[in-house]
Amino acid sequence: MKSYTLPNEKGQFGIYGGRFVPETLMKAVLELDEAYKIAKEDPSFQQEIDGYLSEYVGRETPLYFAKNLTKYAGGAQIYLKREDLNHTGAHKINNAIGQALLAIRMGKRKIVAETGAGQHGVATATVCALLNLECIIFMGEEDIKRQALNVFRMELLGAKVVSVTSGSSTLKDAVNEALRYWVEHVEDTHYLLGSVMGPHPFPKMVRDFQSVIGKETKKQFFAQKGKLPEAVVACIGGGSNAAGMFYPFIEDQEVSLYGVEAAGQGTETDFHAASLTKGRPGVLHGALMYLLQDDDGQIIEAHSVSAGLDYPGVGPEHSYLKDSGRAQYHSITDKEALEAFQLLSKLEGIIPALESAHAISFAVKLAANMKETEHIVVCLSGRGDKDVTAVKERLEREKDNE
Amino acid sequence: MNRIEQSFRALKDQDRKAFIPYIMGGDGGLDKLSERLLTLEKFGATLIEVGVPFSDPVADGPTIQQAGIRALKNGTTLNGIISEITRAREVVSIPIVLMTYLNPVYSYGISRFAQDIAKAGVDGCIIPDLPIEEEDLFADELEDKGIELIRLVTLTSPIERIKEISSRGKGFLYSVTVKGITGTRNEFAQEVVDFLKQVKEVSPIPVVAGFGISNEKQIKELTPHCDGVIVGSKIVDLLNRNDLDGLERFMSVLKPEKNIR
Repeated sequence: MKSYTLPNEKGQFGIYGGRFVPETLMKAVLELDEAYKIAKEDPSFQQEIDGYLSEYVGRETPLYFAKNLTKYAGGAQIYLKREDLNHTGAHKINNAIGQALLAIRMGKRKIVAETGAGQHGVATATVCALLNLECIIFMGEEDIKRQALNVFRMELLGAKVVSVTSGSSTLKDAVNEALRYWVEHVEDTHYLLGSVMGPHPFPKMVRDFQSVIGKETKKQFFAQKGKLPEAVVACIGGGSNAAGMFYPFIEDQEVSLYGVEAAGQGTETDFHAASLTKGRPGVLHGALMYLLQDDDGQIIEAHSVSAGLDYPGVGPEHSYLKDSGRAQYHSITDKEALEAFQLLSKLEGIIPALESAHAISFAVKLAANMKETEHIVVCLSGRGDKDVTAVKERLEREKDNE
Repeated sequence: MNRIEQSFRALKDQDRKAFIPYIMGGDGGLDKLSERLLTLEKFGATLIEVGVPFSDPVADGPTIQQAGIRALKNGTTLNGIISEITRAREVVSIPIVLMTYLNPVYSYGISRFAQDIAKAGVDGCIIPDLPIEEEDLFADELEDKGIELIRLVTLTSPIERIKEISSRGKGFLYSVTVKGITGTRNEFAQEVVDFLKQVKEVSPIPVVAGFGISNEKQIKELTPHCDGVIVGSKIVDLLNRNDLDGLERFMSVLKPEKNIR
């Protein structure tokens, strides 16, 4: 029997979650909830998703034993769940396919989305090209600069990319603009939210679409080892790859769950994105969750070398898992992530996304403190091609400063 | 009887409509708040909506976003606004309604918030990211202290929902007249008039139109179908430019001598 049944009907994970959106959006949010409930019970919907995932996205993705990284860490055996090998290069497309097919079921052929690193934007633009949907993507001006290639990719795929200049001009502000756009176009447009955040049913729905990661991992690991891994590790911005990885393991108490936030320049500084480590509960973008905020409840800008983790909140389910103790959350600095980025490239011939490099960095530390007979699976959520230019510039700058 | 209810009764007796200006608390400096409230009362405001600045105002357009940024830049806090309203209450007698996103309130503490704003002389509260599904905890705390939670209905609210929302309210019903965020619009579609008529028919409390209202023509178009209008961005803009003559002229649109008979 399943004992973990969250969220409840109101979209709450304990005190977290809910539907804190303007009244204009309530009709759409309630309709989406209803449509998703029906679709979820319809086997043909899951079949349709599975068809695209296997034939278009290239699932299942490999579970790879990272022999060299394991040797380097000197402890537990490290496995990588290769989400970087998905079409478009990250886990984001798992969710984009699911939501786009749901939007079509709802009769909506226009899609709006936000993007930070550009991975969710590219995944959304890709799926919209495939399914002939109109697509508009909001992206912070700062991120547009950091991820110029992804902007061109989205445009190539037929999406309109709108630069957001309000606030810190990063992911949080892109979500604000996408929400404002959705308020104005709610009747014919679906908001294809890219992470396990926002109003119910988004955190649940995105988790469900991403849980293909954890389901495959569980099956693949069992086939190889005849048991479950002792630990799984995933990076956390909003928290979608981690939610997808954790969910199928949530009732397997013998599996420790580790989420890795971005510590930026350090959690002791003002420049980080460690919402769970340093934040406190509050309401933003439709949900009650851990947030980086000042004493007056104003949201503080997040900082991370990785655009995809640069968000001052974290999904309601992770907020709940933190409080309940079922998952543990740690953080990795920019510097450590950059080291892991280079380390995995050199040792395994795999260039990870900067986001995923946070998970790699933590896993190396974790492995060193575990037995050689134990196993860790790291969600390698995306590939690093998009980050190569930025990392090159940064390393050259550091060299000049030496 | 709450001050809000009294005001609407008085208007009704005189066959007049409400003019509700919105200002951003702390825009132009928190020390200007009292003076601005007094000016607006003098120019004929029925009630004043005071905005609390928030870093992420998703329901607001560029004008109010900018006003919020200005207010935050000069150090405005919810605490500061409450203190200034306390001070202003000595001279301002019309109802004051706070418009704030949920997080500053959540951070302040709901119970403490309700108690402090009641003490300061605030009469009502508008929380745009608090739909009825989530209001239980907040509504009770506010009601306990005699603060009216002003609820919103929109063009996308189904009629059954409009009935449900309006039946819960006491002060007035905020009817959002655009599918979108705050900011100036040039004209309204017939759809908006039909919406207001529908809301008016089912609502047991006064119906006030807001969002996108910025000129005399729109106000004359809408007021026959509701009990008043809320004007935000236009007022914020006039105050920011310090155009008090323009403000007085604009606010005289619903004065008795100019009222449509």
